[in-house]
Amino acid sequence: MTIEMQVPALAPTPAGPPLAELRNIYVAFGGVHAVEDVTVDLHAGEVVGLVGGNGAGKSTLIRVLSGAHTADSGEVLINGQRVEIRNPRDAKALGIETIYQTLALADNIDAAGNVFLGRELQSRLGSLDDAAMESATRNVMGRLNPRFRNFKTPVKSLSGGQRQSVAIARAVHFNAKILIMDEPTAALGPAETAQVRELVMQLKAEGIGIFLISHDIHDVYDLSDRISVMLQGKLVGTVRKERVTKDEVLAMIIMGKQPGDVTQSDLEELHG
Amino acid sequence: MTATQKTIPGEAAKAPVWRTVANQFLSRPLIVIFVLSIVVASLISPAFLSTRNVFNLLQQSSIIGIISIGMTFVILAAGIDLSVGSVAALGGMIVAILCQDQWPVALAIVAALAAGALLGLAMGSIVALTSVPSFVITLGGLVAIRGLTLLLTDGRPVFGVPEELKFLGAGFIGPVPVVGIIFILVTIAAAVFLRLTRAGRYLYAVGGNADAARLSGVPVMAVVAMTFVVCSTLAAFGGVLLTAWLEVGQPTASAGAELTAIAAVVLGGTSLFGGKGGVFGTFVAVILLSILSNILNLAGVSPYFQQITTGLVLVGTVLLNWFIARRAAPMA
Ligand SMILES: Nc1ncnc2c1ncn2[C@@H]1O[C@H](COP(=O)(O)OP(=O)(O)O)[C@@H](O)[C@H]1O
Ligand SMILES: [Mg+2]
Repeated sequence: MTIEMQVPALAPTPAGPPLAELRNIYVAFGGVHAVEDVTVDLHAGEVVGLVGGNGAGKSTLIRVLSGAHTADSGEVLINGQRVEIRNPRDAKALGIETIYQTLALADNIDAAGNVFLGRELQSRLGSLDDAAMESATRNVMGRLNPRFRNFKTPVKSLSGGQRQSVAIARAVHFNAKILIMDEPTAALGPAETAQVRELVMQLKAEGIGIFLISHDIHDVYDLSDRISVMLQGKLVGTVRKERVTKDEVLAMIIMGKQPGDVTQSDLEELHG
Repeated sequence: MTATQKTIPGEAAKAPVWRTVANQFLSRPLIVIFVLSIVVASLISPAFLSTRNVFNLLQQSSIIGIISIGMTFVILAAGIDLSVGSVAALGGMIVAILCQDQWPVALAIVAALAAGALLGLAMGSIVALTSVPSFVITLGGLVAIRGLTLLLTDGRPVFGVPEELKFLGAGFIGPVPVVGIIFILVTIAAAVFLRLTRAGRYLYAVGGNADAARLSGVPVMAVVAMTFVVCSTLAAFGGVLLTAWLEVGQPTASAGAELTAIAAVVLGGTSLFGGKGGVFGTFVAVILLSILSNILNLAGVSPYFQQITTGLVLVGTVLLNWFIARRAAPMA
């Protein structure tokens, strides 16, 4: 297969300011430049796949939007307005929910305790309303993973898939406007992966903007409207999904090549 | 994933009695050791279970017990506080000095508790804001606060304690020692706080996984600082009660209390890694430590030997807990 047509790296996006934009973000850890001058954006009802090899800087970039750490420089804009996101609380207040690659669950606490951690329901006397939190958690779980049963045990004793369900439940329960899913299917089997894909479609249909992160293009290609590729901390480019093949995205991920620049020998190398 | 052996309800019903008992033992060794020690003690001396002796035990346990409840907070959040003995001595001295200066007793107590709270806030804030282990910060506290306490009176004790204060430390309501009632109330209040409040939930979350707690929006630094405030305030309160009991403010009092308190917390099943345990375990453990020394006293064993026994019981119980945890998760 050869590429005949020049494909613009940055395709036009829907009108109006993006729901979220990360502009010229830099993050360094000591001497390691984890993210260098990366700009990505996301619109309502859109899925943006953020791909790149392990260590490309995807998680670091997106954790700036989650409030998990602050950027050394660069701007975060929500609905075109510049915002300060100093911690995860700030992000949640802006309607940004995150399913972290590490899940970030409190292992010693049960599912409902985790779903509501930091946002507990309280009775009128100010005590924790565990019954209400459990029943709400049962509701969300009924939608996400109907086979989930272990509501009373610390999440430490759950399987990888069940833990992932808890992390997803926490992210979707609070009416997020922006959802960040960092390698959400890494710990899942085929059936559970299909469930997550279904969920992504459903949330997108509800108008939520989703950053879907993976080191594997096959995980995100079908679901994405646009794909942003990172390599060694830098943005290779952002492309509209329908304008590129998986192979072209693969060339971006591995070689840092723009879609139009991919040659026959590149493709052979990719598949060799 | 570990293939944990879960007991299926139907299976448990069929299991022989000895197995049920053994399982109970393996899930709660502290309670079993506690009951065993009561049985042994009452066999050695029928006087052991007399009302008088039981309340005696409670009284002996109360001051170190209150300090240990505070220590439980810090350890639940995966910290340690080595300064409690020094803070207790400072609290005891402040209340003695202020009472001698004719302050109202209530105000003198509040001042002692406030001093404890402030020191806790200072140490807790440093621990929360830096990544220096609490072990080091509170070791500094242990030394410096003891020095400060000695400095207050040039190392001299302060005698003369007003009646109301004496009542708190050595008084009785009916047959029940007042300090014992205070210890029980503090334990219940702490349990309610840990179990029913948002801050209590946060404490467990931070102790279990501080990073996950932070990403979930838990104010981790405030929670960590709070545990030290609670611990130091209760330590100062323990010191106040000790002064009230002994009717003297001793600047050298409560030396080594940190070790007894840590021992009680660990014996009570609270994990030194944080996030697991609670104050009822600590309560039982403190009483158990008193019972052990009571048994050995009744049996006329030398106090030196008693220390050996206490140490062995501590290590034995913790090893038992470790063994049980390993059994539950064979791959870990
Ligand atoms: N907390 C951290 N401290 C130091 N280096 C880090 C930290 N987090 C990430 N890095 C480094 O930053 C780079 C990007 O990592 P990451 O964002 O996790 O990549 P990705 O999610 O694309 O696999 C890697 O070199 C990684 O080692
Ligand atoms: Mg990552």
